[in-house]
Amino acid sequence: MRRLIEGFLCMLGAEPKKPGRPGDVSEEVRRIMEIKREDKSRIKEHLHEQARQSPRHTWRNRRWVVLAAVNLLFVLSFWLDIQILEGALTASRFVGFHLIDLNSALQVMLAHKHIIVNLVIGTLTVFLLWVMLGGRSFCSWVCPYHLVSELTEKIHLALARRKIVTEHAFHRGTRAVFWVLFAVLAFVTGYTVFETLSPVGILSRALIYGPGLALAWVFLLLLFEVFWSRRAWCRYVCPIGLTYGVVGTLSPLRVSYRVEPCFHEGDCRKVCLVPHVLDVTIKGRATVAEMGLGPDCTRCGLCVDACPTGALRFEVKGLSKLL
Amino acid sequence: MSGAGSSQSPRPKPVVPTEKAQRARRRFIRSVMLLAGVIGTSLLGVVPVFRAYARRLRPPGALDEKDFLASCIKCGQCLQVCPVSAIRLGDIDEGVGVGVPFIATRAQACDFSCDAAQCILACPTGALTYTKPDFFPMREGAGLARAPVLKARADEPEPTLNLRERMGLARLTRPQACLAVQGKGFSGPVRDAAFKGRMRYMDVDRWKPIPVRDHPYERELCDLCVTECPIDDAIALEAFTDTDGSRRFRPVVREQCVGCGVCEMICPAEPAAIEIEARATWAANGEGA
Repeated sequence: MRRLIEGFLCMLGAEPKKPGRPGDVSEEVRRIMEIKREDKSRIKEHLHEQARQSPRHTWRNRRWVVLAAVNLLFVLSFWLDIQILEGALTASRFVGFHLIDLNSALQVMLAHKHIIVNLVIGTLTVFLLWVMLGGRSFCSWVCPYHLVSELTEKIHLALARRKIVTEHAFHRGTRAVFWVLFAVLAFVTGYTVFETLSPVGILSRALIYGPGLALAWVFLLLLFEVFWSRRAWCRYVCPIGLTYGVVGTLSPLRVSYRVEPCFHEGDCRKVCLVPHVLDVTIKGRATVAEMGLGPDCTRCGLCVDACPTGALRFEVKGLSKLL
Repeated sequence: MSGAGSSQSPRPKPVVPTEKAQRARRRFIRSVMLLAGVIGTSLLGVVPVFRAYARRLRPPGALDEKDFLASCIKCGQCLQVCPVSAIRLGDIDEGVGVGVPFIATRAQACDFSCDAAQCILACPTGALTYTKPDFFPMREGAGLARAPVLKARADEPEPTLNLRERMGLARLTRPQACLAVQGKGFSGPVRDAAFKGRMRYMDVDRWKPIPVRDHPYERELCDLCVTECPIDDAIALEAFTDTDGSRRFRPVVREQCVGCGVCEMICPAEPAAIEIEARATWAANGEGA
């Protein structure tokens, strides 16, 4: 329970907790760390070296296929009139069933100041869906902006390696402030102000209904991320991500971390969009032998691919123990 | 990265805190600037929406503009079901709201070839609605006296359209350009070859709208706005005596007009002699005309 609250606060912008008192770290973890200190097995290092030479992209590729398929289904439903997934990411019908994006629904209800019955049904469906599927997995497995941003991130990293650009981090709490401000703005102005510049809605509509001038804003955001701050929109601004993060707090689908096989090398944190959830992988931070990552984790699986020892893996809470 | 954890373990650090504090301060200022920048941009994007309140025609069944803007979720489902693609989504430069639907009547009017205002059915939020909830009062003159009858379905048992409020009203804004007023006829296609607008012609195909440019007309006296109007008793040619004493005709908009814009799309004059005024009410029209 305490870890759950800590993870939640961390998502809102708090610094990840470091174990301070001696009682914080479990007996099991202390024993594991002791063994690891003594056993510097060559075989393990050898395995490690091998893995470094051939990076895996298993989960990334699966994710890209799913992301492309979902967005393509939107596009083809309209273009070919196959009517499977009509609408855009903000609201749609899947073979007739309403699906409403949680953040869009919230914005509309705040602006409109009425609860719309259709909206409640569609919102509830999507809510349950993402509770099951991991909340922010929406970001990495569905959101089209996540994909383009993930691709341009490679440019940013290449430029940063060559010291052409410097990374400028913001306070992670900024996103929570944005969430509140956009909610207040919707309520006060009576208009879903956030939708004016939501790159998620803009990109989704551009894909389905054809490109427009609004894409220029998305392009500007990408430039900002390439030349100034890595993944700035997803990390510090997007209220959609925070909404889904909250939904995923109790989700059984998550990436779990085991201390025992971990080398504390930090390859996972280098590829991660939200590295604070991987703080436990820093030597001396873990308090229990096995744990799920915090709710801010987008379940993108980059860390699972990056980890050479299998310390990070996908799990369904409860189900993994049964199998 | 791997050493970061151990270097931060408790150890006397005399100079580090100030540098750390400075970094934190810079990060804080950056974050405030990010907040101001993004929120400022979003508000900038909203200004044209609020300033252009009474411009564009919204799809049939739209709530009053303020409520419509508040409740539209910008998914485009209304656009997807429209058989003539009359509905378009606003871009950032159009001042109608990014992703918010509107109808540009001169380019493509709503001809009700879907028979039932399908866009209303498709709307997930009730921004387009057949029946307004009680807490939304109807503007005076926005309501239709009786259900509009679709000419295309006039001989069917239920020929009416489930529409209680008008989208706007047609007005003869350029009477001097009107061919009927000039006493002229018309022959050929009404718009130029590049025109992409479509319409359903019952005598061609009941279910498939065809390009307007593929349907030439032949008229002794131009009465296209009257004959092509999809709604019964919404517009008629009425005789009047011109200043030179000659007997002329002009189109007169009636109370059943829903503001669909077919008359504006079909008008052969360039620019159109008759135009839709979005969200106009009948009472105001009665006084103004």
